[in-house]
Amino acid sequence: MSAVIESHDDHHHGPAKGLTRWLFTTNHKDIGTLYLWFSFTMFLIGGAMALVIRAELFQPGMQIVEPEFYNQMLTLHGLIMVFGAVMPAFVGLANWLVPMMVGAPDMALPRMNNLSFWILPFAFLMMLSSLFMEGGAPNFGWTFYAPLSTTYAPPSVTFFIFSVHILGASSIMGAINVIVTIMNMRAPGMTLMKMPLFVWSWLITAYLLIAVMPVLAGAVTMMLMDIHFGTSFFNAAGGGDPVLFQHIFWFFGHPEVYIMILPAFGIVSHIISTFSRKELFGYSSMVWAMVSIAILSFVVWAHHMFTVGMPLAAELFFMWATMLIAVPTGVKVFNWVATMFRGSITYETPMLFAIAFVVLFTIGGFSGLMLAITPADFQYHDTYFVVAHFHYVLVPGAIFSIMAAVYYWLPKWCGNMYDERLGRLHFWLSFIGVNVTFFPQHFIGLAGMPRRIPDYALQFADWNMVSTVGAFLFGASQILFLFIVVRTVMGGKKATPEVWEGAQGLEWTVDSPPPYHTFSTPPEVK
Amino acid sequence: MFNIRSTFISSFTIFLGLILSQSAFAEWNALNMTEGVTDISREVFGLHMFIFWIVVAIGVLVFGVMFYSMYAHTKKKNPEPASFHENTKLEILWTVIPFVILISMAVPATNTLQKMYADEEGDINIQVVGYQWKWEYKYLEDGVNFFSNLTTDQDEIYNQTPKGEHYLLEVDEPVVIPTGKRIRFLITANDVIHSWWVPDFAIKQDAIPGFINTAWTIVDEPGIYRGQCTELCGKNHGFMPVVVRAVTPEDYDLWVAEKKQAAFELAQLTEKDWTMEELVAKGEGVYQMNCVACHQVNGAGIPGIFPALAGSDIVLNNKPRNVEILMEGVQGAAMQSFANQLSEVDMAAVITYTRRAWGNDAKGDGEIVVPKEIVEYKENKIKI
Repeated sequence: MSAVIESHDDHHHGPAKGLTRWLFTTNHKDIGTLYLWFSFTMFLIGGAMALVIRAELFQPGMQIVEPEFYNQMLTLHGLIMVFGAVMPAFVGLANWLVPMMVGAPDMALPRMNNLSFWILPFAFLMMLSSLFMEGGAPNFGWTFYAPLSTTYAPPSVTFFIFSVHILGASSIMGAINVIVTIMNMRAPGMTLMKMPLFVWSWLITAYLLIAVMPVLAGAVTMMLMDIHFGTSFFNAAGGGDPVLFQHIFWFFGHPEVYIMILPAFGIVSHIISTFSRKELFGYSSMVWAMVSIAILSFVVWAHHMFTVGMPLAAELFFMWATMLIAVPTGVKVFNWVATMFRGSITYETPMLFAIAFVVLFTIGGFSGLMLAITPADFQYHDTYFVVAHFHYVLVPGAIFSIMAAVYYWLPKWCGNMYDERLGRLHFWLSFIGVNVTFFPQHFIGLAGMPRRIPDYALQFADWNMVSTVGAFLFGASQILFLFIVVRTVMGGKKATPEVWEGAQGLEWTVDSPPPYHTFSTPPEVK
Repeated sequence: MFNIRSTFISSFTIFLGLILSQSAFAEWNALNMTEGVTDISREVFGLHMFIFWIVVAIGVLVFGVMFYSMYAHTKKKNPEPASFHENTKLEILWTVIPFVILISMAVPATNTLQKMYADEEGDINIQVVGYQWKWEYKYLEDGVNFFSNLTTDQDEIYNQTPKGEHYLLEVDEPVVIPTGKRIRFLITANDVIHSWWVPDFAIKQDAIPGFINTAWTIVDEPGIYRGQCTELCGKNHGFMPVVVRAVTPEDYDLWVAEKKQAAFELAQLTEKDWTMEELVAKGEGVYQMNCVACHQVNGAGIPGIFPALAGSDIVLNNKPRNVEILMEGVQGAAMQSFANQLSEVDMAAVITYTRRAWGNDAKGDGEIVVPKEIVEYKENKIKI
């Protein structure tokens, strides 16, 4: 038997033809592509919902949607962007890059890899289908605080719970795959402290995922019990505790925030070093900073809950612990600046996005530090100041890093160079759009506008209008991004294996595009 | 010479004053946190500005180095990159210095927080209860008790009529507090989580069912202070403002006396013999204030979430159950008990209104409910 199998040389076949290539694929590159396109689709759907929100807020008064639908939009926007756009994009990047960066032929668990992708579309179809159910889609915010999400929720909440379970299963499988690949399949000579930073960032992220996704699953399961099986975990009338929900949710939620930013740290480190033509400053301190941030992320969750009425000692502990995160985060920013210092910098599109990431993410970090100050947080909490803060770390933070990564590695993936002029145009439109959208939200938040309201008092009118204009600019410029990517995949100037002058790492040693199976024989790392 | 200059300055001042008085300009100017009107709120504002300037300084420094590098270390100007990639001394320095800066922030923050948490019995203790979508205030010493509803007209919200000055920030009954006295708020909720926020006092405290949170303030200046609910609490989360009216202690005592007199007169009204027309007319107003948010102006509700009243079997033919639902609420649904929210007269009127409106009178028994029946319902319940 074995002789027969060996006589068929399996190593050099290309992908299967047609739809089955994508349905049954176990190839890390194909699955990476699937994840990235799925994520971009979700980004456009979630973005369209954001535009509904911003259009309603263009002027005071109710114009376009009813408050009930507005709440469904803001809930689905949050859920889709977090679980549908940012997380799958990073998993897609991990699929494409981790095996090539560590010199492995594929992910360690290829069939599980296929499964972890293919359950995602069903989860989101189910979540989106709730829009057409009686009572409408989930309308309680992406944080789904009980009892609004249990006793007072629309019937579709059950579908939402099932959907979250599937998303969690997908994330856990993805995380296991990343850890097993990194731990077992590195090329000979690649010690942990020689791993590319993107690989390091994903290793840490994967551990965070495994630690917290089950907590989220627990939270939604308790909701399910409260809704259908007569328990009272979160129902005060039955002796339950609504605050318990928030503790559980944010014990998941805060590490989740770092799940969405750690891979970005890895990406930006690669890009800044490449386009500064200089080795990354402080590699080991970068690793330790990420590890510290990951550990700290487990002891700061209640800073989302300063107003729930915790005792003084708890408020102080969470304030101090949260402030402490500024130290490792600061180290990372200083390292990036020091990498650029006395480098030999050029400004291709990935570098523009990476630099904007550093500046705007740092601004998000500054407002984060302000939010950590408990007494001041009583004024900031649940206002547009918070909205501005987390959009600064997520849009020009996580999303910009993903765009930077796509421009940086796309020539490697498809073998064609993108149009640099269009890339820069996309960058500048996005950069201006993001700032016009979110910077004014600092002002309206400080001036006192609560978040998650469909209509607002007159003193907030002007900056809301500005913010809406920015949002439509940002949204429209993503169509340009789609155009650029599609055009590059279809054809264009051929890319060399190195692609970028000064790029370091194993992925740049293979052809562009890489063969369907890379590193069947592991490379030697010195 | 001097004269010309002073004329110029004064005319410039007038010009500036004119611009500032334009409401549009004032709105562009709404950029920062309010200083508020209490010692605590001013301290919080100071803390906010202190941290703000620190992060601005750090930003100028870090981005300054970065922008310099972006300008001076391009490939054109610096074709040969340097090769350094670590510096232990520098790295220790930029770990330790931020730590020291953080401590300089943490110390005043901790002090202020301790003051805010120095909670004790107030001179006046007011229980604040969040409902979907209104606030109830109970004065524990003075026995005054009322609900505070948004008064902004639906036509203003839906752009049929011009919006007033305090659009969405106006209520029928503001909570009244005396100046110079220590006020303690005991904050809780009846259904979902709400959050009671008055920016001018720097108080934001979640209202959570099953919990009682506390907050305190001492307000020196009489005035009207406006805030909003800040925790997503369902459909009308954006439409449940908080309005506090601070008055002198003398005015406060007068107000308490008036409220008690009004409550007495209201009780007298249940004795009166009400006609159907009177009840329907009164009930329509009660309905607009308390019921339209869910059941809608046309009584059609929202399918799947809020049941329709027009054509509902209970409203048409089942008067006892109709009364019971309003008095007790519906377990596990958004429908709350209105027994304490509405007077006997309002309760009877609104039930009568729903039984007569939208063609219900023709389809069902069209029976009316008079205030005495509500009084009897309450008395029977006590007996049981």
